[in-house]
Amino acid sequence: MSRTLVVVGNGMVGHRLVEAVRAEDTAGAWRVVVLAEEPRPAYDRVGLSSYVGTWDADTLTLAGSSYPDDDLVELRLGDAVVALDPDRKVVTTASGFEQDYDALVLATGSYPFVPPVPGHDLPGCFVYRTIDDLDAIKAAADHAREVTGRAAGAVIGGGLLGLEAAKALRDMGMSPHVIEMAPRLMPIQVDDGGGSLLKRLVEGLDVTVHAGTSTSEIGADRGRLLAKLGNGTELDLDLIVFSAGIRPRDELARTAGLDVGERGGVLVDDKCQTSDPSIYAIGEVAAVDGTCYGLVAPGYTMAEIVAAQLAAGNGDATFPGADMSTKLKLLGVDVASFGDAHATTEGSLEVVVNDAVAGTYKKLVVSDDTRTLLGGVLVGDASEYNTLRPLVGRELPGDPAAILSPAGESGIGGIGIEALPDEAQICSCNNVTKGRIKHAIGEEGCDTVPKLKACTSAGTGCGSCVTMLPKLLKSCGVEVSKSLCEHFSQSRAELFEIVAATRITTFSELIDRYGKGAGCAICKPAVASILASIAPVIGADKHILDGEQATLQDTNDRFLANMQRNGTYSVVPRVPGGEITPDKLIVLGEVAKDFGLYTKITGGQRIDLFGATVDQLPHIWKRLVDAGFESGHAYGKALRTVKSCVGSTWCRYGVQDSVGMAVELELRYRGLRSPHKLKSAVSGCARECAEARSKDFGIIATEKGWNLYVCGNGGMTPRHADLLASDVDSETLIRLIDRFLMFYIRTADRLQRTAPWLEELAGGLDHLREVIVDDKLGICDDLEAAMAKHVENYADEWQGVLADPDKLARFTSFVNAPGMPDPTISFREERQQKVPVLLGIPEVK
Amino acid sequence: MTAVMDAGATVWTEICAVSRIPIACGVGALLPDGEQVAIFRTTDEEILAIGNIDPISGAAVLSRGIVGDADGVPCVASPIYKERFDLRSGACLDDPDMSVPTYPVRVEAGVIYVGSA
Ligand code: SRM
Ligand SMILES: Cc1cc2nc3c(=O)[nH]c(=O)nc-3n(C[C@H](O)[C@H](O)[C@H](O)COP(=O)(O)OP(=O)(O)OC[C@H]3O[C@@H](n4cnc5c(N)ncnc54)[C@H](O)[C@@H]3O)c2cc1C
Ligand code: SF4
Ligand code: FES
Repeated sequence: MSRTLVVVGNGMVGHRLVEAVRAEDTAGAWRVVVLAEEPRPAYDRVGLSSYVGTWDADTLTLAGSSYPDDDLVELRLGDAVVALDPDRKVVTTASGFEQDYDALVLATGSYPFVPPVPGHDLPGCFVYRTIDDLDAIKAAADHAREVTGRAAGAVIGGGLLGLEAAKALRDMGMSPHVIEMAPRLMPIQVDDGGGSLLKRLVEGLDVTVHAGTSTSEIGADRGRLLAKLGNGTELDLDLIVFSAGIRPRDELARTAGLDVGERGGVLVDDKCQTSDPSIYAIGEVAAVDGTCYGLVAPGYTMAEIVAAQLAAGNGDATFPGADMSTKLKLLGVDVASFGDAHATTEGSLEVVVNDAVAGTYKKLVVSDDTRTLLGGVLVGDASEYNTLRPLVGRELPGDPAAILSPAGESGIGGIGIEALPDEAQICSCNNVTKGRIKHAIGEEGCDTVPKLKACTSAGTGCGSCVTMLPKLLKSCGVEVSKSLCEHFSQSRAELFEIVAATRITTFSELIDRYGKGAGCAICKPAVASILASIAPVIGADKHILDGEQATLQDTNDRFLANMQRNGTYSVVPRVPGGEITPDKLIVLGEVAKDFGLYTKITGGQRIDLFGATVDQLPHIWKRLVDAGFESGHAYGKALRTVKSCVGSTWCRYGVQDSVGMAVELELRYRGLRSPHKLKSAVSGCARECAEARSKDFGIIATEKGWNLYVCGNGGMTPRHADLLASDVDSETLIRLIDRFLMFYIRTADRLQRTAPWLEELAGGLDHLREVIVDDKLGICDDLEAAMAKHVENYADEWQGVLADPDKLARFTSFVNAPGMPDPTISFREERQQKVPVLLGIPEVK
Repeated sequence: MTAVMDAGATVWTEICAVSRIPIACGVGALLPDGEQVAIFRTTDEEILAIGNIDPISGAAVLSRGIVGDADGVPCVASPIYKERFDLRSGACLDDPDMSVPTYPVRVEAGVIYVGSA
C-alpha cells in the first residue's frame, strides 16, 4: 500500500522534488500528488525573460515536467491550495477538492512585493514573475501602441530582477525607465563604484535610471499612467512593472499554525522539516534556520534533501547553506558578485580597479593580511568570475592588485585553473567540484566536453561554467585530437599554413608529401576548400571543377547544386540582399514552370527551385545565366546570403540603407570558400528585422554608422553575435569584415562555424578584437590583400561550367546513355506542386 | 548502348573509355535489364563497379560520391548520408547490415565493360 506525498506548488523546486522522489523511490512506495496554482506545468522561471521575443511558452518547458507516463504522479493544474489542516492531514483547493496526505511539501515560492504607493493597483501596473505576467505586459504594450503609436514603460526597483524586467521591456521595443530607491542599481550585489559604472553602461542601452528616489504616486491620466517621483520628476507611462523584492508565500503555513521565520518564510530546520514533522518546506518559501534564499540552486539542494529522506530513507543530508554568488548578463552588461562583496568581515580590505575607459569595475575583498580572498564585485567584464569564485576563503595565488590588472597573456593576471584546489566548486548549479571533474577525466574516460557534461552534469544548468571544462581537460593533459582524418594528422589550420607556405596546388601533391593513402570524404572537400581559398592569393585561380579539383568536391559542389533525398537537385540563384526585380522574379517563375520544378522561398531571402535531375541542371542554368543570375553557392561551404531589412529607403525607422549595404557585402564576398558556410545580415536600425545578431557577421545601422557583430549562429546551437566594433563608417566596416573573414578562414577547423571557432579561440573576443581591430599580430595588411585578391578574381561558377564542354559532359545520369533520366526518380503532387515520391519505402495502397 | 553475349551467359555492357572517368571518380551507367551501376577509377588505377543505388536512402547516387580509401580499402562515400561502401566487396563500412551488389569489370583496348547475369 503506497503512501501519499502531496506537493503544493509546481515551480522549479517543486518539480525538482518530484523528479528526485521518483528517481529514488524505485519500489514505488509513494504516490505523488502535485497541486499547482499556475495553469501550466513547471517551467524555467530563471529563463523567463527569454520568453520575450519567442512568446512560445514551450521553449521554457522543463524536462519531464508534465510527468507524462508516470502512473504514480498526479498533476492538478490551475487549482491552488487554499487551506491546510495539519490535524486531519488534509489540504483543500480553490475548487473544493480535498486531498489527504502522509507527507506534505510546501513549495509555493514567493510573490513579488508591491509597495503600497497610491495607484499601485491601477490597470497598467504589473509584476514580473510568471508567464502570465509577461503575456499581460505584452498585451498592455501592444494596446498602447495601437492607440498612441508608442509604448512607454517603467520598472520600479533597480535590483537584479528589476534590470531583467527592464531588459524585457526593451526587448518589447520600449525605452524603459528604472526607478531605484537606493543610491545605486543592484544595491544588494554591487557597491557604489560598481553601481555607478553599471548605471553608465545601462544608460548607454536606452534605459533611463532614476536612482536614489522613490515613486510617490501613480495617477491615471487620460488612459495613461502618470508616475510622480520623490525628486519631482513626472513620467508619462503606459505601463509600470513592480520589481521591489519578493516575499515568501507562507500564507498556508501561517493559517495552519506552523512556525514562520522572523522575516517571513516557513521556518524549517536544516533537514527542511517544519514544526510539524510530516510537513516540509523547500525553495523560496522555506526559511532554513530563519533565512530565505531567492535563488534556484539552494532550492534544488533542499529538494534533494527532502527526497532523500522520503524516498531513500536517508535522513543524514542537511542543508549546507548556500553560495549566493551571482554572475549575470544584464542588458548585455556583465555583473558578478561573490562571497563577502560588501567587505563586512572584520578587518577586511578592498582592492579596486576602476577603468572608466574600458568600462570595467573590479573589486576584490581580501583578509587583513591581503592573502585570503573573501569576495568581490565585477562589473562590465566578469570573465574572471569563474576562477575567482572558487577561491573564496582560500589563499590568493598572487598579489590582489596584480590579479585584477590584466597584465598576463591569459588576461587573468596569471591565475589559471591550476591554482584552484580540488574542493573548489566549478559548477555551482549542480555542485560539481574540480576534484569530481578531474576524476571523471582521469578515471572515467571523459575526454570531451560533452562526455564531461553527461558524466558529471557540470555545465548543464545555467551554462556559465562550461568554458572551464575544456581548460580542465587541457590541464589534465587531454589533448583533443585535431587531426583531420586517417589520411592527415594535421588540423585544417595547419594544412592551411602548409598550403600557403608551400604553394602546393593539388590534393595529390599534398597527400603525397604530408599525408598518406588515397584520401576520403573528410579530407578531400576540406583540402578543396583550402586550395580554393588560397588560389587567388598565389595566382593559381582556377574553376573549382578544373582537373583533379572536381573529384575532391562533395556532390553538391561537383554539380553546383544541392542534392535532395531522391538524388535530384535544387537550384538557388543568388539574390543579393534579397532584393530582386519583377522581371527576374518572372524569369524564375518561367524557368520553374518550363522545367516542372517545385518552388519555395528559402529562409535566406531567396528562391529555391527543387527537383531538377542532373541532366537538367545545365539547361536550367543556361536560362538563368542569360537572364543575369549567378550561382548562389547554396551548395558550398562559402558565403550564403547577406539578408537585409528594408532599411532607411522605405522604413520609417531606418537610419541607414541596409539593403544597399547587404547587396554590397554579398557581392564582395560571393564565392568565398571557407571552413563552413558563412551567413550575414544587415539591419537598418536597432529593431533588427534582419536578425543580424544570429549571423556569422551581422551589421546593425546606428545614427552614426554601423555596429559590427561577429560569430553569431542560428542552427543547432544558437548564439548571439558579439559586438566587435561600433559606429564605424562603411569603409571601416568593410575593412574589418575583410580581416575577420580571412582570419577565420585561416585558423578555423574543418566544418567549424564562426561561433564555435570563437568559443575555442584562446583569449576569446578580446583576442579577436586585438587581432582584427588593433592589428596586434601585424597580419591585417595580409588579410586585406588576400581578400582584395578574392574580390578581383571572382567569377560565376555556373558561367564557367556552361562555357566548358568537358565540364558540361559530366552532367549526365548515365555515361552510356546520355540524356536518359534516372528512371527511379518519380514525383507526386502536393499542394499544387510536385514533390518526390519517397524512395526505399514501399508504397501502401 | 552495346551489350555482348558471353559464353557463360554473362552479358558484358560497354560503358565508356577509361579516360572518360577522372582518377578517383565515378560515373553511372545503365545495364540492359535497367539495373544501374556505378563504375569507379581508383587512385591506384583499379576499375571497380558496384550497384548505383544507395541502400540507405534508396537514391541512385553512389556514382556521385567521393572516392578514397579507409585503411587501404578503396571505398566511396554516399553523397546522401556519407556511409562508405567497399568498392571491392560492396560491404558498407559504417553499417554491417547494409551492402550493395558488385559487378565484374573488363577493360579492353582502353574501354570498360561491366558484366551482369
Ligand atoms: C533551403 C533552406 C531551407 C528553406 O527552404 O528555407 C535550407 C536548406 C538546407 N539547410 Fe539550412 N537552409 C536554409 C536556411 C537556413 C537558415 C536560415 C538562414 O540562413 O537565415 C539556418 C539557420 C542560420 C544558421 O545557419 O546559423 C540554417 C541552418 C542549417 C544548418 C545548421 C547550421 C548550424 O550551424 O548549426 C544546417 C546543417 C549544416 O550546415 O551542417 C543546414 C543545412 C541545410 C541543408 C544543406 C541540409 C542538407 O544537407 O540537405 C539543406 C539543403 C539546402 C538545399 O537547397 O537543398 N541548415 N539553414 C534555406 C536556404 C537559405 C538560402 O537561401 O540559402
Ligand atoms: C525573472 C526572474 C529571473 C530569475 N533569475 C534567476 C537567476 O538567474 N538565478 C537564480 O538562481 N534564480 C533566479 N530567479 C529566481 C528563481 O526563479 C526562483 O528562485 C525559483 O523559481 C524558486 O523556485 P520555487 O519552486 O521555490 O518557486 P516558484 O518557481 O515561484 O514556484 C512556486 C509555485 O507554487 C505555486 N503556488 C504558490 N502558492 C500555491 C498554492 N497555495 N497552491 C498551489 N500552488 C501554489 C506558484 O504559483 C508557483 O507556480 C529568477 C526569478 C525570476 C522571476
Ligand atoms: S530593422 Fe530595418 S525594417 Fe526593421 S524597423 Fe529597423 S530599418 Fe525598419
Ligand atoms: S554553474 Fe550553472 S551550469 Fe555550471
